[in-house]
Amino acid sequence: MTEFAIAFEKVSLAFDDKVVLRDVSFSLERGHTKIVIGASGSGKSTILRLILGLLKPDGGQIRINGERVDQMHEEALMKVRAGLGMVFQEGALFDSLTVRENVGYQLFEETTMPIPEVDARVGEVLGFVGLGEFVGRMPSELSGGQRRRVAIARALTSKPKVLLYDEPTTGLDPITALTVDDEIIKLRDLEGVSAILVTHQLRDAFYVATHEAVKQGDQITFVPASPEKAAMTEFLMLKDGGVAFEGAADALRHSDDPYLKAFLS
Amino acid sequence: MTWLTQWLKSALQQVQEYFILLGKVARGLVTPPFYARDVIEQFDAIGAGSLTVVLLTGTFTGMVLALQSGITLDKFGARSMVGQLVSASMVKELGPVLTALMVCGRVGSGIAAELGSMTVTDQISALRALGTDPVRKLVIPRVIAGTLMVPLLTVVADGVGLVGAWLIAATQLKVASAPFWNSVVAGLYIEDVWMGLIKPFFLGFVIVSIGCYVGLGTKGGTQGVGRATTNAVVAGSVVVLAVDFLVTKLLFMVLY
Ligand SMILES: Nc1ncnc2c1ncn2[C@@H]1O[C@H](COP(=O)(O)OP(=O)(O)OP(=O)(O)O)[C@@H](O)[C@H]1O
Ligand SMILES: [Mg+2]
Repeated sequence: MTEFAIAFEKVSLAFDDKVVLRDVSFSLERGHTKIVIGASGSGKSTILRLILGLLKPDGGQIRINGERVDQMHEEALMKVRAGLGMVFQEGALFDSLTVRENVGYQLFEETTMPIPEVDARVGEVLGFVGLGEFVGRMPSELSGGQRRRVAIARALTSKPKVLLYDEPTTGLDPITALTVDDEIIKLRDLEGVSAILVTHQLRDAFYVATHEAVKQGDQITFVPASPEKAAMTEFLMLKDGGVAFEGAADALRHSDDPYLKAFLS
Repeated sequence: MTWLTQWLKSALQQVQEYFILLGKVARGLVTPPFYARDVIEQFDAIGAGSLTVVLLTGTFTGMVLALQSGITLDKFGARSMVGQLVSASMVKELGPVLTALMVCGRVGSGIAAELGSMTVTDQISALRALGTDPVRKLVIPRVIAGTLMVPLLTVVADGVGLVGAWLIAATQLKVASAPFWNSVVAGLYIEDVWMGLIKPFFLGFVIVSIGCYVGLGTKGGTQGVGRATTNAVVAGSVVVLAVDFLVTKLLFMVLY
C-alpha cells in the first residue's frame, strides 16, 4: 500500500481547444487534507471530476490508493467510487426524492443493508449536519444552505475514507459555514478521512488549516492546531492550468508572490 | 459544401452515440444490478399517465374515420361497409402511429426534460459518484416500460376508435350495430392484427430511447433543457414515422 490517498502525475485536460489543466501533479497523503484554491474557472471542480472518473484526462496518471483510475472502465470505477464521498458545488440533490431518500440513496440502492439500519444511519448523518428534523422534506422545500448540508450528509452516509468537497461553505452564513468547517475538521482529525476541499472562502480554508478537533470523553473541542496537525493540511493553488503554489498555510500567508498576495487580500 | 459535410459528420456522430447508448442498454438488460422498483414506477408514469390522451385520440380518430368513409362509401351505395374500412385503417396504421405520436409528445418530451435537468444540475454526475449507472437506473426502466406500454395503449386506442366509429355509424350514418360489427370483423385479417400489434413495440422503443439519449446529452443550462425537450419530440416523431414505414415494409415481406 502506498501512503497516498490520491496522486496526480502530469495530468492534462483540455475542452476542445481550451486547456484547463496542464501537467498538474500533486499528491494527498492518507489522513491529510488538501485545500484547493484558485480563480473561478481555474479547474478546481474539474480536478474533483477527474478523481471520480466522471471525466477522463487527455494525459497523465491519476491514482487513488495506489490504483490507477484514469483509464479505468466505468464498471470498475463504481467500486472505486464506493470509497469516495463527493459534495457537489450546487449540492446536486435528487429533486424527485426526499431528504431521507437522498441521504440514504447509496445504502438503499447499492447495498443490501436492512431499511431500519439505513434509516438509523440517515438519522445519524443528518444529526451530524444539524438537520435531523428535515428527513421528510423534498429538496425544493429547503434553503440553499440546508441543501448544501444535506449534500454533505449524503456524501458521509457510506463512511467513505476519502471526501471531496466542492465549495461546501459558499453561500452559507458565517455561523453555518463554521459548523461545516468543524465537520470537515472532525472527519479529518477523529475519523482519519482524507479530503480535498475546494473553496473560494479563504476564511474557511484557513480555519480548517489551522484548527484541530480534540476529543475528551464525549466533548469535542476545536483548538488551534499543533504544528504536526497543521502539517496535515496543505494548500494547492491553481493558476493558468498549472499549480501556482503548494504548501502549508503559513507559507501561503507569507508568500511574496504578487498574484498570491492579490488573491489573499 | 463544408457546411453540409459538417452537418453530416455531426449527424453521424449523434447516430453513433445513440447506438452506443443502445449497446449499454442491451448490456444492462442481461447483467445485474437491476432496478425493479423503477421499472414499476415507469409502467405507471408512461402507461397509466398516457391513458387519457390515448383514449381521446383514439375515440376522435375512429369517429372522424367513420364520418369520412361514410361519405365516400355513400357514392358507391356501400355505406354498410364502413366498419370494414375503419377497422382496417385503425388497427393497421392509425392506431399504432397516432398512439406513438401522442406518447412521443407526452412521454418523449417528459423524459428528455427530466433527464436533461438532471444532467445540467449535476444529478447524473451525483448518481455516478454514488456508484449507480444512470443507464441502468434511469434509461432501462423507461425503455422497458415504453416498449411494453405503447402496444398496450395502441390496443386501447384501437378499441375506443372502433367504439367511436360505431357511435357515428349508429347515430349519423344510420348503420345498425350488427352489420357494423360484422363488417369490422370482415375487414380484419389476422396478418393485419399482427402488424398492428408488432409495430408499437418498435415505436415505443424508439420514442423512449430517443428521449433518454437526448436528455442525457443535454448541454447549456435551463435553455439546453428546453432545446432538448423540443429535439426529443421532433426527432422522435420523425423517427416514429420512418420506423413505422420500415417495419411495415419488413412485415409485408414476412407476414403476407
Ligand atoms: N463540460 C465542459 N465543457 C467545456 N468546458 C468546460 C466543461 N466543464 C468545465 N469547462 C471549463 O473548464 C474550466 C474549469 O472549470 P471548473 O468547473 O473546473 O472551474 P472551477 O475552478 O471549479 O470554477 P468555479 O470556482 O467557478 O467553480 C472553465 O473554464 C470551464 O468553462
Ligand atoms: Mg467549481
